[in-house]
Amino acid sequence: MGEEFRLSVWRGDPSGGQEVEYRVPGETGMVVLDALQYIQHNQAPDLAVRWNCKAAHCGSCGAEVNGQPKLLCKTRMDDYVGETVSVKPMQTFPIIKDLVTDVSWNYQVAKEIPPLDPMYPAPFQMQQVDATRVQEFHRCIECFLCQDTCHVLRNHEGQQQYFGPRFMVKIAEYEMHPIDGADRLPLLADQAGLGMCNVTKCCTEVCPQHIRITDNAIIPLKERVADRYYDPVKILLRRLSGKKAGPTQTPSRSST
Amino acid sequence: MAQPLEQTTTAKTPKAKSKTRPYWVEPVVTMTVLGVWVLYSLWEVLFHNSGTYHNYISPYFSPGVGEWFGWHVLDALYVAWVPLVFRFSCYYYRREYYRGFFWDPPGCAAADKPRPRYSGETKWPLAFNNLHRYAWFLVLIVLIFLWKDAVEAFFFKNGFGVGVGSLILLVNAVLLTFYSFSCHAFRHMVGGDKDCYSCDGKPTTSYKLWQRVSRWNVFHGTWAWASLASVWAADLYIRLLMMGVIHDVRLF
Amino acid sequence: MGKESYESLDYDVIVIGAGGAGLRAAVEVSENTGLKVAVITKSLLGKAHTVMAEGGAAASFGNVEAQDGWETHFYDTMRGGHFINNYRMAEIHAKESPDRVLELENWGAVFDRTPEGRIMQRAFGAHSFRRLCHIGDRTGLELIRTMQYKAIHTGIEVYQEVTMTKLLVQDGRVAGAFGYLRSDGRFVLFRARAVILATGGWGKIFKVTSNSWESTGDGAALAFRAGVDLMDMEMVQFHPTGMVWPPGVRGLLVTEGVRGEGGLLRNAEGERFMKTYDPERMELSSRDVVARSIFKEVQAGRGSPHGGAWLDISHKGPDYVKAKLPGMYEQFRTLADLDITKEPFEVAPTCHYTMGGVRVDAETCATSIPGLFAAGEVACGLHGANRLGGNSLSDLLVFGRRAGLGAREYLSQSVDWAQVDESELDAEMDRVLEPFHRPGGVNPYHVHEELQAIMTEHASIMRSGDVLQAGLEKLLALKEMVPKMSIDGSRVYNPGWHAVFDVENMLLLCEGIVKSALERKESRGAHWRTDYPDELPQWQEINFVESFDGENIRLRTEPVKAMPENLTKLFSYGKAPGLVAREGKES
Repeated sequence: MGEEFRLSVWRGDPSGGQEVEYRVPGETGMVVLDALQYIQHNQAPDLAVRWNCKAAHCGSCGAEVNGQPKLLCKTRMDDYVGETVSVKPMQTFPIIKDLVTDVSWNYQVAKEIPPLDPMYPAPFQMQQVDATRVQEFHRCIECFLCQDTCHVLRNHEGQQQYFGPRFMVKIAEYEMHPIDGADRLPLLADQAGLGMCNVTKCCTEVCPQHIRITDNAIIPLKERVADRYYDPVKILLRRLSGKKAGPTQTPSRSST
Repeated sequence: MAQPLEQTTTAKTPKAKSKTRPYWVEPVVTMTVLGVWVLYSLWEVLFHNSGTYHNYISPYFSPGVGEWFGWHVLDALYVAWVPLVFRFSCYYYRREYYRGFFWDPPGCAAADKPRPRYSGETKWPLAFNNLHRYAWFLVLIVLIFLWKDAVEAFFFKNGFGVGVGSLILLVNAVLLTFYSFSCHAFRHMVGGDKDCYSCDGKPTTSYKLWQRVSRWNVFHGTWAWASLASVWAADLYIRLLMMGVIHDVRLF
Repeated sequence: MGKESYESLDYDVIVIGAGGAGLRAAVEVSENTGLKVAVITKSLLGKAHTVMAEGGAAASFGNVEAQDGWETHFYDTMRGGHFINNYRMAEIHAKESPDRVLELENWGAVFDRTPEGRIMQRAFGAHSFRRLCHIGDRTGLELIRTMQYKAIHTGIEVYQEVTMTKLLVQDGRVAGAFGYLRSDGRFVLFRARAVILATGGWGKIFKVTSNSWESTGDGAALAFRAGVDLMDMEMVQFHPTGMVWPPGVRGLLVTEGVRGEGGLLRNAEGERFMKTYDPERMELSSRDVVARSIFKEVQAGRGSPHGGAWLDISHKGPDYVKAKLPGMYEQFRTLADLDITKEPFEVAPTCHYTMGGVRVDAETCATSIPGLFAAGEVACGLHGANRLGGNSLSDLLVFGRRAGLGAREYLSQSVDWAQVDESELDAEMDRVLEPFHRPGGVNPYHVHEELQAIMTEHASIMRSGDVLQAGLEKLLALKEMVPKMSIDGSRVYNPGWHAVFDVENMLLLCEGIVKSALERKESRGAHWRTDYPDELPQWQEINFVESFDGENIRLRTEPVKAMPENLTKLFSYGKAPGLVAREGKES
């Protein structure tokens, strides 16, 4: 294309760093990751940036482009014609080097979520209408951009109190699974910290997979938690009828 | 196998040029609009005792609870708190005022000073928002009266007719209906609480209802703003009529 | 150089590679056994190349077409592989894949459903029946995510972003593996009683590839250097439909699901050219045939503007396309400014899969070194000369589990940890740190680009003797660059440093590919020789096996194992076994 792009890339490590400017020859359809790879191959071989598939399937290359959390492989350079494109690492996670951050906290949280607990072993009888609802959550590629933008984790140091949007989606995926027999509401109300979310929807805005995190996962979960822990009428009715809280079906468990 | 819930989000036109505005613009605008609306409402509710002009009745004063019991101190107060509570606990307005007034967060990915004392909606009074469903039931009652008002607005002293006021009240009732029935709590009640819609055989009515509400729910924010504007407009129109500033235009 | 230190960790089993096969193997080894298992991955957990699989996992449930059964799946796999497959692997795979898919469902995967509420299956190239269990066009994502969450709940320890540079073998059995942590450059020794390799393929040897950066064949190269045999290295699959335009996404996969769901291929003249090459199966022919057909059309001057063919799914309507191929819709919309529900798009062959790899035992996935196992793309045998779409995901699950079982069985004979030779480790650390001490050397990225250029020119989809020979000479010349590669900066997360070892591994494997491609003097499956354009029966009897003595690659032939009678019978009907009346067939 002849034109040249200007990038300002944050370089540094936990002790500090600064933005370094690079110039990259433009090409049709170029994405930010293409530009960074050009820099890496020709100007700064030790520029640290995480990427795997370069097709928006794996969710490795999350970073902040001009202040917005984005996948580098899906952000087109021609969206920023005439601007210097600033690329910074995700701010919520500790820096390792350059654009690479330490996201291990997320993997710790993942372990806290109990796995699917089917009421009977597969093959499951399940209609598409029921599958569709949870399949939306299965689209998640774990890029952690939602975790990055979530102000509870970003500004309020909420890592001890809230699992973050990614894991609300994960819990919703099990909680709304038609065959799951486990009761996940106590986890949500307590350790997972669903109440810390104040439904401000930044996670939905940044999600590259267009999962409607707040509307379809978090709010329905909040409503379920309200059924159990906040709704005085429901609580009273449960007391009177002596029914235990939890899924209505009796799980007939069998492990495989 | 179509997935109606997703189409609206994926059908965005490509390449909406990202004009980078400072992150504080949006919350400041929200704060201003909501702030002005609240001030106006306070003025309306605290300084007026009636919202009736011939066959028009302002949504702030309907239903006329005070009239039923002969109480005539600040008539609007008996009802106006219901929509206020509904909107305050609404999942959409929560987004707006947490961003606009609390700056939690002021914008997505904005760099803000760490404030570890934040407790979200885990403590009272904000935990009260979890009871949004009750506000929904209350507002449903109000909504019935607003429809009654809208219909009555077409019946003038000299019989059926259409005035600008009638149309405003009708539009207001329609927008409020969309707003109320696209509510997240309502969506939960009609079927969102189920994990399986077809486990007893065919997909149920509950599934169809939930699907319909889900489709409306996508635009809950739009309905929220539109109905806020229509309530305001309806009240202002009637207030101006009562004050004699303007005259109602009869279309026929 | 001063003496370097390293961290030492002991495990019963280490699994190198955290894709589908690695995780499935790890789960099999650790679940309810009390064995200490570590999974080691070059990137983050859940990012492995498995996520790129789109179309589905082949398993003969017969949910949509009831005639399907393992016999037909076996029949299709062998035919697709042009009969140089290991028949026993194909048999195990066909028989066990339905159970493995159901396991996934138990662990949380939610497949698309049939109207009866069972797992939906879609048509795919060269599968006689609708057989691919899928979730839209992101089946691989579902598989790896499900396995990932299963794995972290079975007590496995995961080491992320670790480069393994050496496989340790002592007294003729495996002793562990050695490498460094990418995040800070510290060395780490994993001592293990058994090692499972699940490192995937080496598609990064080509520039136009659907593979992620990870596919550099580390496991195969490590094992090769340690003395394990590689087989069928000439067999590299080109997927017929990769993206072509814009340049940055050239090679990016367009799922075969597009054709499975009814997509049509046309040339520049608007003609459905597949009718000249495979009138019966048309667009749903096997991958080698379709890829070659597109290639030939382009050569004949009937290609699309950027050198490919047109693929069109728009006649299916926007709702259907968005529901069944949401990923493709999104991919073209954001990366190519193109709406596939409205217009056709250009596709061209892209390097996709390596059928060859580590030679393993069909039952246990054991290699020739005791204690070393291999599963998934790094292993060889199931796919023969050409892999069918959808057989990869089921391969990962079936043989991942088999490798896990194999390792467990091996450990039950109470093998102890093998000794590790300290001097060997010292030498290895020196070797790994060398690139920092060669100022002004060669940029490893440029060596990689050169390697890709050579492979593309000399050993790509169309091959011939002289071109391959010239390529081999260029490769040997490029090998001279290896000891000259240098890198600046620190050991902390330095991608240039990591690239040095990737390039070394790929170079070794490329040499193996070209050598065995030179020797197979026929055209079979993915291997197309213009100087020997026919498939010849005598070559159907042999596989090429390579071994490495530290200096040279030696090539020998091994006979393809003959099928027992009950299996040969399946090929005597003249059509798919599922289409033959069910009586007279054993189950």
